[in-house]
Amino acid sequence: MSEAISVTGDSVLRLARGVKMRQDDVRQRTVLLAPERTVALDETGIAILSRLNGEASLDTIAAGLARSYNAPHSVILKDATTFLQDLADRRFLEAVT
Amino acid sequence: MSETGHQGQGGDTIDPPMAMLAELTHRCPLACPYCSNPLQLKQAKDELSTEQWIDVFDQAAKMGVLHLHLSGGEPASRRDLVELTQAASERDLYTNLITSGVGLTEQRMNSLDDAGLDHVQLSLQGADAQSADVVGGYKGGFERKMHVAEWTNSCGIPLTVNAVCHRRNMDDLDTMIDLAVTLQARRLEIATVQFNGWAVRNRAQLMPTSEQVAATTAKVEAVRERLKGVLVIDYVPADHFATYPKACMGGWGRIGINVDPTGLVLPCHAAETIPSLTFDNVKDKALPDIWYRGDAFNAFRGTEWMQEPCRSCERKHIDFGGCRCQAMAVAGDAAATDPVCAKSPLRDELRANAIAASAGDDTQPFVYRGRETVSS
Ligand code: SF4
Ligand code: SF4
Repeated sequence: MSEAISVTGDSVLRLARGVKMRQDDVRQRTVLLAPERTVALDETGIAILSRLNGEASLDTIAAGLARSYNAPHSVILKDATTFLQDLADRRFLEAVT
Repeated sequence: MSETGHQGQGGDTIDPPMAMLAELTHRCPLACPYCSNPLQLKQAKDELSTEQWIDVFDQAAKMGVLHLHLSGGEPASRRDLVELTQAASERDLYTNLITSGVGLTEQRMNSLDDAGLDHVQLSLQGADAQSADVVGGYKGGFERKMHVAEWTNSCGIPLTVNAVCHRRNMDDLDTMIDLAVTLQARRLEIATVQFNGWAVRNRAQLMPTSEQVAATTAKVEAVRERLKGVLVIDYVPADHFATYPKACMGGWGRIGINVDPTGLVLPCHAAETIPSLTFDNVKDKALPDIWYRGDAFNAFRGTEWMQEPCRSCERKHIDFGGCRCQAMAVAGDAAATDPVCAKSPLRDELRANAIAASAGDDTQPFVYRGRETVSS
Protein backbone atom coordinates (compact mmCIF):
# COMPACT_ATOMS: atom_id res chain seq x y z
CA MET A 1 0.00 0.00 0.00
CA SER A 2 1.33 3.42 -0.89
CA GLU A 3 1.81 6.04 1.82
CA ALA A 4 -0.10 9.30 1.92
CA ILE A 5 2.21 12.31 1.44
CA SER A 6 2.33 15.02 4.08
CA VAL A 7 3.78 18.11 2.42
CA THR A 8 6.34 20.16 4.39
CA GLY A 9 9.23 22.47 3.54
CA ASP A 10 11.52 19.43 3.44
CA SER A 11 9.40 17.57 0.87
CA VAL A 12 11.04 16.75 -2.43
CA LEU A 13 8.25 16.25 -4.92
CA ARG A 14 7.52 15.74 -8.56
CA LEU A 15 4.43 15.20 -10.65
CA ALA A 16 3.37 11.55 -10.56
CA ARG A 17 3.46 9.51 -13.73
CA GLY A 18 0.27 10.14 -15.66
CA VAL A 19 0.00 13.74 -14.46
CA LYS A 20 0.97 16.25 -17.11
CA MET A 21 1.22 19.99 -17.32
CA ARG A 22 0.51 21.21 -20.82
CA GLN A 23 -0.49 24.21 -22.83
CA ASP A 24 -4.15 24.24 -23.88
CA ASP A 25 -3.81 26.31 -27.04
CA VAL A 26 -7.50 26.35 -27.90
CA ARG A 27 -8.46 27.85 -24.53
CA GLN A 28 -5.21 29.77 -24.14
CA ARG A 29 -4.30 28.53 -20.70
CA THR A 30 -2.09 25.99 -18.95
CA VAL A 31 -3.71 22.87 -17.55
CA LEU A 32 -2.75 19.94 -15.40
CA LEU A 33 -4.10 16.69 -16.81
CA ALA A 34 -4.56 13.62 -14.61
CA PRO A 35 -6.86 10.59 -14.71
CA GLU A 36 -10.37 11.99 -15.30
CA ARG A 37 -9.28 15.44 -14.15
CA THR A 38 -8.38 18.76 -15.71
CA VAL A 39 -7.10 21.55 -13.48
CA ALA A 40 -6.67 25.03 -14.96
CA LEU A 41 -3.52 26.57 -13.48
CA ASP A 42 -2.92 30.19 -12.56
CA GLU A 43 0.46 31.86 -12.74
CA THR A 44 1.43 30.84 -9.20
CA GLY A 45 0.46 27.22 -9.81
CA ILE A 46 2.52 27.14 -12.99
CA ALA A 47 5.49 28.73 -11.20
CA ILE A 48 5.41 26.13 -8.42
CA LEU A 49 4.80 23.08 -10.58
CA SER A 50 7.42 23.94 -13.16
CA ARG A 51 10.00 23.98 -10.34
CA LEU A 52 8.98 20.59 -8.91
CA ASN A 53 11.82 18.63 -10.40
CA GLY A 54 12.17 15.86 -7.86
CA GLU A 55 15.45 17.35 -6.62
CA ALA A 56 14.85 20.66 -4.86
CA SER A 57 13.03 20.73 -1.52
CA LEU A 58 9.88 22.78 -1.30
CA ASP A 59 11.68 25.21 0.99
CA THR A 60 14.38 25.82 -1.62
CA ILE A 61 11.70 26.32 -4.28
CA ALA A 62 9.83 28.78 -2.06
CA ALA A 63 13.04 30.74 -1.46
CA GLY A 64 13.60 31.02 -5.20
CA LEU A 65 10.02 32.14 -5.78
CA ALA A 66 10.27 34.68 -2.96
CA ARG A 67 13.24 36.24 -4.77
CA SER A 68 11.64 36.26 -8.23
CA TYR A 69 8.30 37.59 -7.03
CA ASN A 70 9.68 39.81 -4.31
CA ALA A 71 7.33 38.32 -1.71
CA PRO A 72 7.91 37.00 1.83
CA HIS A 73 9.37 33.49 1.88
CA SER A 74 7.07 32.32 4.71
CA VAL A 75 3.91 33.37 2.85
CA ILE A 76 5.00 31.63 -0.35
CA LEU A 77 5.95 28.48 1.53
CA LYS A 78 2.59 28.39 3.26
CA ASP A 79 0.61 28.91 0.04
CA ALA A 80 2.69 26.38 -1.87
CA THR A 81 2.27 23.82 0.91
CA THR A 82 -1.52 24.18 0.83
CA PHE A 83 -1.63 23.99 -2.96
CA LEU A 84 0.61 20.92 -3.10
CA GLN A 85 -1.05 19.14 -0.20
CA ASP A 86 -4.32 19.34 -2.10
CA LEU A 87 -2.66 17.86 -5.20
CA ALA A 88 -0.99 15.16 -3.08
CA ASP A 89 -4.34 14.18 -1.58
CA ARG A 90 -5.59 13.66 -5.12
CA ARG A 91 -2.50 11.54 -5.84
CA PHE A 92 -1.08 13.90 -8.41
CA LEU A 93 2.37 13.97 -6.77
CA GLU A 94 5.19 11.61 -5.94
CA ALA A 95 7.60 12.10 -3.05
CA VAL A 96 11.28 11.51 -3.78
CA THR A 97 13.14 10.07 -0.82
CA MET B 1 -6.26 28.75 -33.62
CA SER B 2 -9.20 26.39 -33.93
CA GLU B 3 -12.84 27.34 -33.80
CA THR B 4 -13.92 28.90 -30.53
CA GLY B 5 -16.59 31.31 -29.42
CA HIS B 6 -19.47 29.77 -31.33
CA GLN B 7 -22.89 31.23 -30.74
CA GLY B 8 -25.63 28.77 -29.86
CA GLN B 9 -29.39 29.18 -29.60
CA GLY B 10 -30.30 31.81 -27.03
CA GLY B 11 -26.95 33.53 -27.58
CA ASP B 12 -24.90 31.26 -25.29
CA THR B 13 -21.43 30.47 -26.51
CA ILE B 14 -20.70 26.86 -27.30
CA ASP B 15 -17.40 25.74 -25.82
CA PRO B 16 -15.24 23.13 -27.48
CA PRO B 17 -15.44 19.60 -26.00
CA MET B 18 -13.01 18.64 -23.23
CA ALA B 19 -13.24 14.85 -23.54
CA MET B 20 -13.88 12.27 -26.19
CA LEU B 21 -15.13 8.76 -25.59
CA ALA B 22 -13.97 6.66 -28.52
CA GLU B 23 -15.92 3.42 -28.57
CA LEU B 24 -13.39 1.63 -30.72
CA THR B 25 -15.44 -1.53 -31.00
CA HIS B 26 -18.52 -3.16 -29.54
CA ARG B 27 -16.79 -6.54 -29.55
CA CYS B 28 -16.24 -7.83 -26.02
CA PRO B 29 -15.37 -11.25 -24.61
CA LEU B 30 -17.36 -10.46 -21.47
CA ALA B 31 -21.12 -10.29 -21.14
CA CYS B 32 -21.76 -8.10 -18.09
CA PRO B 33 -25.47 -8.13 -17.26
CA TYR B 34 -25.33 -4.34 -16.78
CA CYS B 35 -23.59 -3.58 -20.06
CA SER B 36 -24.64 -0.10 -21.10
CA ASN B 37 -23.91 -0.64 -24.77
CA PRO B 38 -27.00 -0.66 -26.98
CA LEU B 39 -29.10 -3.77 -27.45
CA GLN B 40 -28.14 -3.74 -31.10
CA LEU B 41 -24.34 -3.85 -31.20
CA LYS B 42 -22.39 -2.49 -34.18
CA GLN B 43 -20.71 -5.16 -36.28
CA ALA B 44 -16.93 -5.53 -36.64
CA LYS B 45 -17.15 -5.08 -40.42
CA ASP B 46 -18.68 -1.62 -39.98
CA GLU B 47 -15.99 -0.32 -37.61
CA LEU B 48 -13.85 2.67 -38.57
CA SER B 49 -10.41 1.82 -39.95
CA THR B 50 -7.16 2.73 -38.23
CA GLU B 51 -6.71 5.76 -40.52
CA GLN B 52 -10.25 6.94 -39.89
CA TRP B 53 -9.80 6.78 -36.11
CA ILE B 54 -6.51 8.62 -36.32
CA ASP B 55 -8.15 11.34 -38.35
CA VAL B 56 -10.89 11.62 -35.69
CA PHE B 57 -8.22 12.00 -32.97
CA ASP B 58 -6.45 14.60 -35.04
CA GLN B 59 -9.61 16.68 -35.46
CA ALA B 60 -10.48 16.22 -31.78
CA ALA B 61 -7.08 17.46 -30.59
CA LYS B 62 -7.21 20.47 -32.90
CA MET B 63 -10.65 21.50 -31.70
CA GLY B 64 -9.66 21.38 -28.03
CA VAL B 65 -10.30 17.86 -26.72
CA LEU B 66 -7.84 17.12 -23.89
CA HIS B 67 -8.86 13.68 -22.64
CA LEU B 68 -9.33 10.69 -24.90
CA HIS B 69 -11.02 7.62 -23.45
CA LEU B 70 -10.30 4.52 -25.49
CA SER B 71 -13.25 2.32 -24.77
CA GLY B 72 -15.64 -0.25 -26.20
CA GLY B 73 -16.82 -3.03 -25.85
CA GLU B 74 -13.32 -4.20 -25.14
CA PRO B 75 -10.83 -1.88 -26.86
CA ALA B 76 -8.14 -4.58 -26.68
CA SER B 77 -10.24 -6.46 -29.24
CA ARG B 78 -8.92 -3.94 -31.79
CA ARG B 79 -5.63 -5.22 -33.21
CA ASP B 80 -4.47 -1.66 -33.86
CA LEU B 81 -4.89 -0.53 -30.22
CA VAL B 82 -1.18 0.27 -29.80
CA GLU B 83 -1.06 2.19 -33.05
CA LEU B 84 -4.16 4.18 -32.13
CA THR B 85 -2.77 4.98 -28.68
CA GLN B 86 0.49 6.13 -30.19
CA ALA B 87 -1.28 8.39 -32.68
CA ALA B 88 -3.42 9.94 -29.94
CA SER B 89 -0.46 10.46 -27.68
CA GLU B 90 1.53 12.14 -30.48
CA ARG B 91 -1.32 14.62 -30.73
CA ASP B 92 -0.93 15.41 -27.02
CA LEU B 93 -4.24 13.81 -26.06
CA TYR B 94 -4.35 12.37 -22.54
CA THR B 95 -4.98 8.70 -23.27
CA ASN B 96 -7.09 6.57 -20.96
CA LEU B 97 -7.66 2.90 -21.69
CA ILE B 98 -10.97 1.61 -20.33
CA THR B 99 -10.60 -2.15 -20.33
CA SER B 100 -11.86 -5.40 -18.86
CA GLY B 101 -8.26 -6.59 -19.16
CA VAL B 102 -9.19 -9.53 -21.34
CA GLY B 103 -7.10 -9.41 -24.51
CA LEU B 104 -4.10 -7.74 -22.89
CA THR B 105 -0.78 -9.49 -22.40
CA GLU B 106 2.36 -8.33 -20.64
CA GLN B 107 3.97 -7.64 -23.99
CA ARG B 108 1.01 -5.65 -25.25
CA MET B 109 0.96 -3.61 -22.06
CA ASN B 110 4.64 -2.78 -22.54
CA SER B 111 3.92 -1.69 -26.10
CA LEU B 112 1.07 0.52 -24.87
CA ASP B 113 3.46 2.01 -22.34
CA ASP B 114 5.98 2.77 -25.09
CA ALA B 115 3.16 4.25 -27.16
CA GLY B 116 2.57 6.79 -24.39
CA LEU B 117 -0.54 5.43 -22.67
CA ASP B 118 -1.31 7.73 -19.73
CA HIS B 119 -3.80 5.80 -17.63
CA VAL B 120 -5.49 2.41 -17.32
CA GLN B 121 -9.00 1.98 -16.03
CA LEU B 122 -9.64 -1.65 -15.22
CA SER B 123 -13.15 -2.95 -14.56
CA LEU B 124 -13.79 -5.38 -11.74
CA GLN B 125 -17.02 -7.35 -11.78
CA GLY B 126 -16.59 -8.65 -8.22
CA ALA B 127 -14.10 -8.92 -5.36
CA ASP B 128 -13.13 -12.56 -5.98
CA ALA B 129 -12.83 -14.90 -8.95
CA GLN B 130 -15.98 -16.84 -8.11
CA SER B 131 -18.39 -13.91 -8.01
CA ALA B 132 -16.63 -11.73 -10.60
CA ASP B 133 -16.57 -14.41 -13.27
CA VAL B 134 -20.26 -15.14 -12.78
CA VAL B 135 -21.11 -11.47 -13.30
CA GLY B 136 -18.76 -11.00 -16.25
CA GLY B 137 -19.91 -14.28 -17.75
CA TYR B 138 -16.27 -15.09 -18.55
CA LYS B 139 -14.29 -17.76 -16.74
CA GLY B 140 -10.71 -16.78 -15.94
CA GLY B 141 -11.50 -13.09 -16.37
CA PHE B 142 -10.73 -12.20 -12.77
CA GLU B 143 -7.32 -13.84 -12.81
CA ARG B 144 -6.43 -12.01 -16.02
CA LYS B 145 -7.40 -8.70 -14.40
CA MET B 146 -5.05 -9.34 -11.48
CA HIS B 147 -2.20 -9.74 -13.96
CA VAL B 148 -3.21 -6.64 -15.90
CA ALA B 149 -3.07 -4.61 -12.68
CA GLU B 150 0.41 -5.97 -11.98
CA TRP B 151 1.67 -5.18 -15.50
CA THR B 152 0.17 -1.70 -15.35
CA ASN B 153 1.99 -1.04 -12.08
CA SER B 154 5.28 -2.37 -13.30
CA CYS B 155 5.06 -0.02 -16.28
CA GLY B 156 4.36 2.78 -13.80
CA ILE B 157 1.08 3.70 -15.48
CA PRO B 158 -1.52 4.98 -13.00
CA LEU B 159 -4.34 2.52 -12.39
CA THR B 160 -8.00 3.12 -11.67
CA VAL B 161 -10.20 0.26 -10.59
CA ASN B 162 -13.70 0.58 -11.87
CA ALA B 163 -16.45 -1.23 -9.99
CA VAL B 164 -20.05 -1.20 -11.07
CA CYS B 165 -22.13 -1.87 -8.02
CA HIS B 166 -25.58 -3.35 -7.81
CA ARG B 167 -27.72 -5.30 -5.40
CA ARG B 168 -25.72 -8.50 -5.72
CA ASN B 169 -22.29 -7.03 -4.90
CA MET B 170 -22.98 -3.85 -2.92
CA ASP B 171 -22.61 -5.64 0.41
CA ASP B 172 -19.05 -6.68 -0.61
CA LEU B 173 -17.91 -3.10 -1.02
CA ASP B 174 -15.28 -3.36 1.73
CA THR B 175 -13.60 -6.26 -0.02
CA MET B 176 -13.63 -4.32 -3.31
CA ILE B 177 -12.01 -1.32 -1.63
CA ASP B 178 -9.34 -3.50 0.01
CA LEU B 179 -8.65 -5.13 -3.32
CA ALA B 180 -8.22 -1.75 -5.03
CA VAL B 181 -5.66 -0.79 -2.37
CA THR B 182 -3.83 -4.12 -2.72
CA LEU B 183 -3.72 -3.65 -6.48
CA GLN B 184 -2.09 -0.23 -5.84
CA ALA B 185 -4.82 1.62 -7.67
CA ARG B 186 -4.64 5.39 -7.33
CA ARG B 187 -8.33 5.76 -7.97
CA LEU B 188 -11.43 3.70 -7.41
CA GLU B 189 -14.57 4.43 -9.31
CA ILE B 190 -17.70 3.09 -7.69
CA ALA B 191 -20.55 3.57 -10.09
CA THR B 192 -24.01 2.37 -9.27
CA VAL B 193 -25.52 0.45 -12.17
CA GLN B 194 -27.39 2.64 -14.66
CA PHE B 195 -30.36 1.23 -16.41
CA ASN B 196 -29.76 1.72 -20.06
CA GLY B 197 -28.67 -0.63 -22.84
CA TRP B 198 -28.50 -4.28 -21.86
CA ALA B 199 -28.83 -3.44 -18.12
CA VAL B 200 -32.58 -2.94 -18.59
CA ARG B 201 -32.91 -6.69 -19.16
CA ASN B 202 -31.50 -7.36 -15.69
CA ARG B 203 -33.28 -4.65 -13.80
CA ALA B 204 -34.89 -6.95 -11.24
CA GLN B 205 -31.60 -8.79 -10.67
CA LEU B 206 -29.51 -5.63 -10.23
CA MET B 207 -31.59 -2.87 -8.66
CA PRO B 208 -30.11 -2.04 -5.25
CA THR B 209 -32.33 -1.60 -2.22
CA SER B 210 -32.66 1.87 -0.71
CA GLU B 211 -30.92 0.55 2.45
CA GLN B 212 -27.93 -0.59 0.38
CA VAL B 213 -27.73 2.77 -1.33
CA ALA B 214 -27.76 4.64 1.99
CA ALA B 215 -25.14 2.30 3.50
CA THR B 216 -22.90 2.64 0.44
CA THR B 217 -23.06 6.41 0.47
CA ALA B 218 -22.11 6.52 4.16
CA LYS B 219 -19.32 4.00 3.65
CA VAL B 220 -17.80 5.94 0.76
CA GLU B 221 -17.67 9.09 2.91
CA ALA B 222 -15.88 7.25 5.72
CA VAL B 223 -13.43 5.43 3.48
CA ARG B 224 -12.55 8.61 1.59
CA GLU B 225 -11.42 10.11 4.88
CA ARG B 226 -9.56 6.98 5.99
CA LEU B 227 -7.73 6.55 2.67
CA LYS B 228 -7.04 10.20 1.96
CA GLY B 229 -3.93 10.56 -0.17
CA VAL B 230 -3.84 6.79 -0.79
CA LEU B 231 -6.95 6.06 -2.84
CA VAL B 232 -9.12 8.66 -4.52
CA ILE B 233 -12.73 7.51 -4.68
CA ASP B 234 -15.16 8.75 -7.29
CA TYR B 235 -18.67 7.64 -6.54
CA VAL B 236 -21.77 7.71 -8.71
CA PRO B 237 -24.74 7.12 -6.41
CA ALA B 238 -27.98 5.49 -7.48
CA ASP B 239 -30.16 8.23 -8.89
CA HIS B 240 -33.41 6.34 -8.38
CA PHE B 241 -33.24 7.22 -4.71
CA ALA B 242 -31.87 10.76 -5.06
CA THR B 243 -33.74 14.05 -4.79
CA TYR B 244 -32.32 15.65 -7.92
CA PRO B 245 -30.90 14.10 -11.05
CA LYS B 246 -27.25 14.01 -12.06
CA ALA B 247 -26.00 16.42 -14.66
CA CYS B 248 -25.71 13.63 -17.18
CA MET B 249 -22.47 14.02 -19.18
CA GLY B 250 -22.02 17.38 -17.40
CA GLY B 251 -24.68 18.80 -19.69
CA TRP B 252 -25.68 17.82 -23.22
CA GLY B 253 -23.15 18.98 -25.83
CA ARG B 254 -21.15 20.84 -23.18
CA ILE B 255 -18.11 18.73 -22.26
CA GLY B 256 -18.13 15.32 -23.84
CA ILE B 257 -18.36 13.90 -27.32
CA ASN B 258 -18.78 10.18 -28.12
CA VAL B 259 -17.86 8.42 -31.30
CA ASP B 260 -19.34 4.97 -31.77
CA PRO B 261 -17.50 2.10 -33.53
CA THR B 262 -18.94 3.05 -36.92
CA GLY B 263 -18.10 6.76 -36.65
CA LEU B 264 -21.49 7.98 -35.50
CA VAL B 265 -21.06 11.00 -33.25
CA LEU B 266 -23.27 10.99 -30.15
CA PRO B 267 -23.83 13.52 -27.35
CA CYS B 268 -24.09 10.60 -24.89
CA HIS B 269 -23.51 6.92 -25.47
CA ALA B 270 -27.18 6.04 -25.01
CA ALA B 271 -28.41 8.86 -27.25
CA GLU B 272 -29.54 6.45 -29.95
CA THR B 273 -32.47 5.50 -27.72
CA ILE B 274 -34.02 8.87 -28.57
CA PRO B 275 -35.85 8.26 -31.86
CA SER B 276 -36.33 11.93 -32.77
CA LEU B 277 -32.58 12.52 -33.06
CA THR B 278 -30.49 12.12 -36.18
CA PHE B 279 -26.77 11.64 -35.85
CA ASP B 280 -23.90 12.66 -38.06
CA ASN B 281 -21.00 10.43 -38.99
CA VAL B 282 -17.31 11.39 -39.09
CA LYS B 283 -17.22 9.77 -42.52
CA ASP B 284 -19.50 12.51 -43.88
CA LYS B 285 -18.74 15.62 -41.87
CA ALA B 286 -15.91 17.32 -40.05
CA LEU B 287 -15.97 16.90 -36.27
CA PRO B 288 -16.28 20.64 -35.42
CA ASP B 289 -19.17 20.91 -37.83
CA ILE B 290 -20.93 18.06 -36.02
CA TRP B 291 -20.21 19.44 -32.53
CA TYR B 292 -21.16 23.07 -33.17
CA ARG B 293 -23.91 22.67 -35.76
CA GLY B 294 -25.15 19.06 -35.61
CA ASP B 295 -28.87 18.62 -34.89
CA ALA B 296 -28.38 15.99 -32.19
CA PHE B 297 -25.95 18.22 -30.26
CA ASN B 298 -28.12 21.31 -30.51
CA ALA B 299 -31.36 19.48 -29.64
CA PHE B 300 -30.79 19.63 -25.86
CA ARG B 301 -27.92 22.06 -25.55
CA GLY B 302 -28.31 24.93 -23.08
CA THR B 303 -31.73 25.51 -21.53
CA GLU B 304 -33.94 26.78 -24.38
CA TRP B 305 -35.44 23.37 -25.12
CA MET B 306 -36.68 22.86 -21.56
CA GLN B 307 -40.28 22.48 -20.46
CA GLU B 308 -41.73 23.11 -17.00
CA PRO B 309 -40.78 22.43 -14.24
CA CYS B 310 -37.16 22.69 -15.49
CA ARG B 311 -37.66 25.92 -17.43
CA SER B 312 -38.27 28.03 -14.33
CA CYS B 313 -36.17 25.92 -11.95
CA GLU B 314 -33.18 27.45 -10.15
CA ARG B 315 -31.18 24.26 -10.68
CA LYS B 316 -31.39 24.29 -14.46
CA HIS B 317 -27.77 25.40 -14.84
CA ILE B 318 -26.64 22.81 -12.28
CA ASP B 319 -28.15 19.58 -13.59
CA PHE B 320 -29.45 20.73 -16.99
CA GLY B 321 -32.69 18.86 -16.38
CA GLY B 322 -30.91 15.53 -15.86
CA CYS B 323 -30.65 12.65 -18.27
CA ARG B 324 -32.43 12.90 -21.65
CA CYS B 325 -32.33 9.16 -22.20
CA GLN B 326 -33.97 8.46 -18.85
CA ALA B 327 -36.66 11.04 -19.66
CA MET B 328 -37.22 9.24 -22.96
CA ALA B 329 -37.31 5.80 -21.36
CA VAL B 330 -39.64 6.66 -18.49
CA ALA B 331 -41.65 9.71 -19.59
CA GLY B 332 -41.69 8.83 -23.29
CA ASP B 333 -40.49 12.38 -24.03
CA ALA B 334 -36.80 13.21 -24.26
CA ALA B 335 -37.45 16.87 -23.40
CA ALA B 336 -39.29 16.05 -20.16
CA THR B 337 -37.82 16.58 -16.70
CA ASP B 338 -35.68 13.62 -15.67
CA PRO B 339 -38.19 11.42 -13.78
CA VAL B 340 -35.78 10.93 -10.86
CA CYS B 341 -36.25 14.62 -9.99
CA ALA B 342 -38.44 15.42 -6.98
CA LYS B 343 -40.23 17.97 -9.17
CA SER B 344 -41.19 15.42 -11.82
CA PRO B 345 -44.80 14.18 -11.74
CA LEU B 346 -43.46 10.69 -12.55
CA ARG B 347 -41.09 10.47 -9.66
CA ASP B 348 -43.28 8.61 -7.18
CA GLU B 349 -44.06 5.98 -9.75
CA LEU B 350 -40.39 5.64 -10.68
CA ARG B 351 -39.41 5.19 -7.07
CA ALA B 352 -42.16 2.66 -6.42
CA ASN B 353 -40.98 0.67 -9.44
CA ALA B 354 -37.38 0.81 -8.25
CA ILE B 355 -38.37 -0.43 -4.80
CA ALA B 356 -40.38 -3.25 -6.35
CA ALA B 357 -37.45 -4.22 -8.60
CA SER B 358 -35.04 -4.12 -5.64
CA ALA B 359 -37.15 -6.72 -3.85
CA GLY B 360 -36.29 -9.20 -6.64
CA ASP B 361 -35.11 -12.71 -5.95
CA ASP B 362 -31.34 -12.88 -5.41
CA THR B 363 -31.09 -16.37 -6.85
CA GLN B 364 -32.63 -15.31 -10.13
CA PRO B 365 -29.99 -15.81 -12.85
CA PHE B 366 -28.69 -12.97 -14.98
CA VAL B 367 -29.66 -12.65 -18.61
CA TYR B 368 -26.44 -12.56 -20.66
CA ARG B 369 -26.09 -10.92 -24.02
CA GLY B 370 -25.77 -13.32 -26.92
CA ARG B 371 -26.17 -16.42 -24.77
CA GLU B 372 -29.26 -18.54 -24.98
CA THR B 373 -28.63 -20.28 -21.71
CA VAL B 374 -28.35 -18.54 -18.40
CA SER B 375 -26.26 -19.56 -15.42
CA SER B 376 -26.41 -18.38 -11.87
S1 SF4 C 1 -20.02 -3.46 -19.53
FE1 SF4 C 1 -19.09 -5.50 -19.60
S2 SF4 C 1 -19.97 -6.48 -21.44
FE2 SF4 C 1 -20.38 -4.29 -21.62
S3 SF4 C 1 -18.68 -3.53 -22.80
FE3 SF4 C 1 -18.12 -3.28 -20.64
S4 SF4 C 1 -16.98 -5.11 -20.11
FE4 SF4 C 1 -18.05 -5.53 -22.05
S1 SF4 D 1 -36.88 20.54 -12.30
FE1 SF4 D 1 -35.40 20.13 -13.94
S2 SF4 D 1 -33.75 21.61 -13.59
FE2 SF4 D 1 -34.98 21.54 -11.71
S3 SF4 D 1 -33.92 20.04 -10.39
FE3 SF4 D 1 -35.52 18.94 -11.53
S4 SF4 D 1 -34.48 18.18 -13.35
FE4 SF4 D 1 -33.14 19.76 -12.49
